Amino acid sequence: MELLVASAIGVLTAGGVYLILRLRAFPVILGLSLLSYAVNIFLVSTGRLAINAPPILNKYADVSYTDPLPQALVLTAIVISFGMTAVLVMFTLGAYLEAGDDTIDMTATEEKDDAA
Amino acid sequence: MSHWIIAPVVLPAMMAPLIGYVMRHDIVLARVASAASTVALFIIALGLAVWAADGGTHVYRLGDWPAPFGIVLVLDRLSAMMVLLTATLALIVLWHSIATGWDAKGRHFHALYQFQLMGICGAFLTGDAFNLFVFFEVLLIASYGLMVHSGGKVRMQAGLQYVVMNLAGSTLFLFALGTMYATTGTLNMADLAVKVPQIAAEDSGMVRVAAVLLLIVFMIKAALFPVQFWLPGTYSNAPAPVAALFAIMTKVGAYAIIRLHTLAFHPGAEPTKDVVTTWLFPAAMVTLALGALGVLAAKRLMPLLSFSVIGSMGTMMLAVAPVDPYATETALYYLVHSTFSAAALFLLADLVVSRRGSDVLDARPPVVQNGLFAALFFAAAIAMAGMPPLSGFLGKLLILDALREPELMPWAWTGILVGSLVTIVGFARAGSMIFWKSTSVKLPEGTEPIQSDPPPAPARGTEVAPVMMLLALLVGLAVLAGPATGYMRAAANQLFEPSGYIDSVLAPVEKPEKAKADPPLDAADPHAEEEH
Repeated sequence: MELLVASAIGVLTAGGVYLILRLRAFPVILGLSLLSYAVNIFLVSTGRLAINAPPILNKYADVSYTDPLPQALVLTAIVISFGMTAVLVMFTLGAYLEAGDDTIDMTATEEKDDAA
Repeated sequence: MSHWIIAPVVLPAMMAPLIGYVMRHDIVLARVASAASTVALFIIALGLAVWAADGGTHVYRLGDWPAPFGIVLVLDRLSAMMVLLTATLALIVLWHSIATGWDAKGRHFHALYQFQLMGICGAFLTGDAFNLFVFFEVLLIASYGLMVHSGGKVRMQAGLQYVVMNLAGSTLFLFALGTMYATTGTLNMADLAVKVPQIAAEDSGMVRVAAVLLLIVFMIKAALFPVQFWLPGTYSNAPAPVAALFAIMTKVGAYAIIRLHTLAFHPGAEPTKDVVTTWLFPAAMVTLALGALGVLAAKRLMPLLSFSVIGSMGTMMLAVAPVDPYATETALYYLVHSTFSAAALFLLADLVVSRRGSDVLDARPPVVQNGLFAALFFAAAIAMAGMPPLSGFLGKLLILDALREPELMPWAWTGILVGSLVTIVGFARAGSMIFWKSTSVKLPEGTEPIQSDPPPAPARGTEVAPVMMLLALLVGLAVLAGPATGYMRAAANQLFEPSGYIDSVLAPVEKPEKAKADPPLDAADPHAEEEH
């Protein structure tokens, strides 16, 4: 399972980085989403991988438990990355409607247009 | 009394939705509310700074949960100083944006502005690394909105770049925090300071990875080489008052580096002891060179100012890199100076560019009040380039004095002195092109001077006042350099005595039997159950 989780994180991160380096907005959004998935899985695994263990202590029996803090962290991270993705989509839409294309980088001609 | 520590976070957090939902159709009401909130923030920050000057570390536990289980806000000299700096800058920039009508050019300026202040103050006050991430996100998401305030094609595209860059940075921040938690089992900064030196030698690689990742994240925020590329595009395309407020945002990154590398990764901690000294100094050197060259090469005024911000960050981080008390003291002095001088330049550029019609550095007919603007630009450029008599000169002098280490001195002195010279040349060229050469522009025969309709109005006193105030602050910082550096020396010494910070944050948990304060009744319970 460690191998599966680790390689999943690795593949997601690699895909995310590759897509971020594209010039178009849509692949970049996908890339950032992949990266945020990767980091969410990574955060869950920072509390060590445990299966069928509750994230709470049991006063009455000496059963194993899993660290609850990464779960709280990952919830926060999910909420934030979800909101950020929504903001990013709105930004992309705004930039697309204003500029007429969805390239990420600003070319020199555009800067010149503005200057003139 | 300790509840006042959270006031700089709660006050803007309450005002922002109120302004955004209730007052969104009434710009006058929103202005009054936003100004009142910022004035109150300034007064609170002043009070906190006076309180923190007693030298103690004041801790506010959210929900009264004991650290490291709960989140803590910590007020010491450094964080009080940074909050006061934020509030002062915010007040002046808000005045400018109201006086020039920037806030009415788009929607929700004041709500976003308050959220921005909440995020910045929170980042300065928090004592928890994950909470620092959350406040970073708060200040970033507000800055995205402010960055594209009033819209426009180029601004939207520059905004998109800025968002993508920072989202990638946030992901990196989470990876760093995850690595840190997996190795040390804590994210509370004081607890990290206890745990990191105890890491076994064979596990220290992971801590180093986390520390370097965090350093990269904060370097993105502080716009240091090799992750400084976002800054010129962002600052030069943001609305000018927003760019002036962003002058404090680069300092958030610098603050985080100073805080973490004097506390959690303090120089005595074996696993991370040479992370900053190895990487930060060369990065700062290249940043300084890039900033100076950018100032020289810029063809437009706003990118020129952006590159001067990069250069000043490089200068400042040179003094952060050695991680010793005196160098940190000089870095803090330069931090305050560079915040105010960058803001003054951006606000002044807004006054000039909005009348001139373009920020391209070419000769075109002079704007109204050319002499006044030229004088103000001269003063602000002197401050930024680091010439006497303003505080930039003293700041650079102090940094030069602090970097006397034989292995640092040749690099640092050459970099700062040559960089200053190049910056002076760049500013002199820009100033003479915009203000001086424009007075001798000959229009081609038979063409009428292009008059916009109506012709740009001369700046009223209220519009020039914020720039004047910032320059007055720079003069004040130079005149009162003694008391100012005295406070910063105390702040730096407090940073390099982390035991006070650690004891204050962890006291009730680590030493329940001493019970110095009054430990809450159920404070020990979660801890006891954990041991069970």
